[in-house]
Amino acid sequence: MIDVAVVSFAQRQEASIPGESEVEFMVPLMEQAKAAVGLTQPEIGFTCSGSSDFLAGQAFSFVMTIDGTGPVPPISESHVEQDGAWALYEAWVKIQCGGIDTAFVYGYGKSSPGSLRDVLATQMDPYYVCPLWPDSYAIEALAARLMLEGGHVSERRLAEIAARSRANAASNPHAVRAEPKSVDEILAEEPAVDPLRPSDLPAEADGGCAVVLAAGDRARELCERPAWIRGFDHRGDAHTLGVRDLTTSMSTRMAAHRAGVADDKVDLAELYGPFTTSEHLLIDALGLDEDATAINPSGGALAAHTMMASGLIRIGEAASRLWRGDGDRAVAHATSGPCLQQNLVCVLEGD
Amino acid sequence: MPSEVLQAPLVLEYPFTRSTGAVIGAFLTGLREGVICGVRRADGTVLCPPLEYDPLTADPLTEMVEVGQSGEVLTWAWNGEPRPMQPFDRPFAWALIRLDGADTSMLHAVFAGGPADMSTGMRVRAVWRDEREGHIADIAGFEPDPAGHR
Repeated sequence: MIDVAVVSFAQRQEASIPGESEVEFMVPLMEQAKAAVGLTQPEIGFTCSGSSDFLAGQAFSFVMTIDGTGPVPPISESHVEQDGAWALYEAWVKIQCGGIDTAFVYGYGKSSPGSLRDVLATQMDPYYVCPLWPDSYAIEALAARLMLEGGHVSERRLAEIAARSRANAASNPHAVRAEPKSVDEILAEEPAVDPLRPSDLPAEADGGCAVVLAAGDRARELCERPAWIRGFDHRGDAHTLGVRDLTTSMSTRMAAHRAGVADDKVDLAELYGPFTTSEHLLIDALGLDEDATAINPSGGALAAHTMMASGLIRIGEAASRLWRGDGDRAVAHATSGPCLQQNLVCVLEGD
Repeated sequence: MPSEVLQAPLVLEYPFTRSTGAVIGAFLTGLREGVICGVRRADGTVLCPPLEYDPLTADPLTEMVEVGQSGEVLTWAWNGEPRPMQPFDRPFAWALIRLDGADTSMLHAVFAGGPADMSTGMRVRAVWRDEREGHIADIAGFEPDPAGHR
């Protein structure tokens, strides 16, 4: 196995970015991530992106963003219609194949022109579910009721997760929901989609992020304390909600096992839980001890939910903390699909 | 920074048709006839709505079986006002409904007076549209069926 590390990260998240196209706001971010380690596009071995034509409202929308990387002379590149975390997985595999020692990965989404909670119905079964247009909050509320009535979680526990996100987000300049609220204040909120309260829902954002990966000695040249990828896996649950147990996340459990999460201590974890209910299931499925592990020190996806980038941002946030010496071992997680359908787990370590 | 957002009409379209196949097609044809079908797995359990492949073993599934038109609400969420694209004309509850004779649940709407009339475990029965075309919305929704039992 070739040692690969995250060596650079840049992000932008705002409640909405009107007046700028995805390409316009991604070009400066991509330049920033490359410049931070002194790389230019022709020096990079492989480039991979994650974005969605459904959000952009245009087929092959990602091609214009590739133009924004400066792909002259022609570059080796790929794209996933997935969160950028899966693009990073592809880049990691590409480096494992040999012949290159750097890769550039980015993910972005601008959902503010539409209603994301409605647009997400299009990711459901096209014959049985999508024609009914269930919105994503209602779908999660179905899981939340199962969890609450089945005794898998309490409303107070969900409010504690929401309060923690808000408190942690206060020191994150990229968070869009960072006003502190107490557990009791959150419990007093009128439900948005019963049993979910507004603080249980993701704070939707526009934006993106860019990451540079490097292998072996190249990583040590580019970064004082590289964040080495020591375990990496992704798994999926069934697409159909009715055949799944929505009170657990089997695919996260499998990915965590294969990535070796439990092999050593975990100092911090950045989890892509769009809802408080998802974060609760993830902590359990990853086997994390909240007394020993800082959960979502950035505030997580509850504080800023940028579709197609929130997973890659989790990896970038975890890596940045290892660079700064905030910990030695971190877990980053990304999800995709309704009710945690697909899950990716990445274990990062500093030297 | 530009202050004016330029706008132009855009019609997203996919100019091809897709066959729904032997399993999904049979389910949709059944709906047109006012019948609800599931598919039997190797272990004898029934998936409804039916899937072409077993979600655990990936075995192809082919044995269609008719299930009941009443069932049990496993979980629900109140939708106080139909959202723009939803094919419903009044407040309803989203519910995962396990129909009699099936072992898995389907998502659909339950028309109840309000959230106070909804509960996990309640019995509901399908309400059909008069004109049906082989579409999931041929089932107009479900209504509470307090007297109903297996």
